[in-house]
Amino acid sequence: MKKSGIFAIVLLIKLMLGFSGAIAQSPRVVSLGGSVTEIVYALGAEQQLVGADQSSLYPLAAQQLPSVGYYRRLPVEGVASLKPTMVIASEHAGPPQVIEQLRTLQINVVRVSDLPTLDSLQQRVRDIARALDQVSQGEVVLRDFDQALKRAKSVEVIPFKAITVVMRGGKLLGAGRDTAAGVVLHEAGLINALSAQESYRPLSAEAISALAPEVIIVTRGTVESLGSLQALKDSPILKYTPAVANNRILVLDDLLAQGFGLRLPQAVHDIRWELSRAPIQ
Amino acid sequence: MHPSNNHIFIKSPGLATPSGLLLLSSVLLVAIVWALMSGAFQIRPMDMVGWVLGSQLDEVSRNVLLNIRAPRVLLGVITGAVLGMAGAVMQALFRNPLAEPGLVGLSAGASLGAVLAIVLTGGGLLLIGGFAFLGGLAATFLAYFLGKRSSHQSGLLLAGIAINSIGFGAMGVIIIHANDAQLRDLTFWNMGSLASADWAMLAWLTPWSFALIAFLLTQWRVLNALLLGEREAYHLGFHPVRLRWRFITLVALAVGPIVAVTGGIGFVGLVIPHLVRLWLGADHRWVLPASGIAGAIALTLADWLGRIVIAPSELPIGLVTCLLGGPFFIWLLLKGSRAHE
Repeated sequence: MKKSGIFAIVLLIKLMLGFSGAIAQSPRVVSLGGSVTEIVYALGAEQQLVGADQSSLYPLAAQQLPSVGYYRRLPVEGVASLKPTMVIASEHAGPPQVIEQLRTLQINVVRVSDLPTLDSLQQRVRDIARALDQVSQGEVVLRDFDQALKRAKSVEVIPFKAITVVMRGGKLLGAGRDTAAGVVLHEAGLINALSAQESYRPLSAEAISALAPEVIIVTRGTVESLGSLQALKDSPILKYTPAVANNRILVLDDLLAQGFGLRLPQAVHDIRWELSRAPIQ
Repeated sequence: MHPSNNHIFIKSPGLATPSGLLLLSSVLLVAIVWALMSGAFQIRPMDMVGWVLGSQLDEVSRNVLLNIRAPRVLLGVITGAVLGMAGAVMQALFRNPLAEPGLVGLSAGASLGAVLAIVLTGGGLLLIGGFAFLGGLAATFLAYFLGKRSSHQSGLLLAGIAINSIGFGAMGVIIIHANDAQLRDLTFWNMGSLASADWAMLAWLTPWSFALIAFLLTQWRVLNALLLGEREAYHLGFHPVRLRWRFITLVALAVGPIVAVTGGIGFVGLVIPHLVRLWLGADHRWVLPASGIAGAIALTLADWLGRIVIAPSELPIGLVTCLLGGPFFIWLLLKGSRAHE
């Protein structure tokens, strides 16, 4: 009896050791890029994360992870110090030299597509799911995404001319065609009045009066830095637009308006829902 | 303020200059060892000492030490030495305590080159580096030719200021056309960093920089003569106009590639020669090597701090030098003005 008790304890210890050994070998992942991190969480693989970058803001828990800073300026030693077995990096992460150095440190670096298009998003989800050995979960996430987007797009909306406005460095900038915000507008059934422009550019008062946007989408952070929505309406650049005259101004979460990730359906839904409720002039 | 007076006035009486150099060199050695041994990636000091003595070190740690940390520390030493000496040379050349490579338009030219490379070609270190070097050289020569038209050295300074303003204006125009990612790249480039260090780049930067440093070191007599004034230098048998030409070219050749590789690292070229002169006097026989060594110490330690202070992220070294160098310089100025009262 006593002997078997000792045996049981030894067995238990062995099991625990074996188990902790398994934990030590479980993947340690550093995720680089806001949308990449969001997908890792959506796949339910967040317990593997040991670090992320500055742009990994959603979900909130991601902000608790050690941050390696701006993902286009990765510190190679900083990333290595987290002892990752795998780095999942947006294609924008860099510099390229650091990516190469990480590979020489026996870290498996997985690059994923990160463009503001639906194809890129799908590819991203599949690649991350494969890297994390969560292929079936990846398909579930994609199916949920498609359904949510379809549901969001079922809300009818008039194809207004719209602009997305953000405040940066004390200036109001408008989102051009290749930006995530531009694609959000498109999916929301609106026409980006600034589609002639690439990237984010300062708004010009004359150009805006010529374009006459009927809807203005503005980020919450922008409204906060201006002080109030009224301040935005009073800004000389936007004051004389049909959007302000008809009060068709939507305030959207910064990440929703500018990010292109799994929460796209929510952004699309919010925009369509708000516009469908607004009285048609 | 006549620097030649400083020589007698401020030089600390107890310390002979050669032993000052020796002291600085020892500090640099300690700083280098320290910077090699510590960083975001933990390697036990005992393991490193053991490795130097012949025992094994795991491959990843060895890689971090040899291929990531070591080139970075070497780049810091070279950058600090070049910026420190370039500052000392410029201050003697213009007989102006505010002179540094940025003043003659070199930094603006190099920045403009880098910005052009980032926006037009989308980056790549070699392209950014090459453009920055050419921009720095072009701006410096332009400043020189404009400055030559007026007979005294303020002409060059004023030309440098004008070129700086043109350079930054042109940069603003380019920045308006940059996209978001490019903007961030530019911002970071302006903050300076040693993170791009690798052996392939150091293989040409090291001999290039040390050759120029060695040549500058032999020029201390000329710089001492220039310090007296151009007319005095002329009567001592030197040709001031030719000398100005020579030193500006040398500084552009030395600083251009450095700025290209590291971005803007402020305050070192300005502060280090001042410190050295306060300590060792104004004789360039000592000011030049001491500025080089002190600059190397400053950047080695600043980079080490930048690497560990917000690990696993990193603080750009240019921010560290400005945040620490600025207050230190103010303290020095206050102390100096009190001593004069």
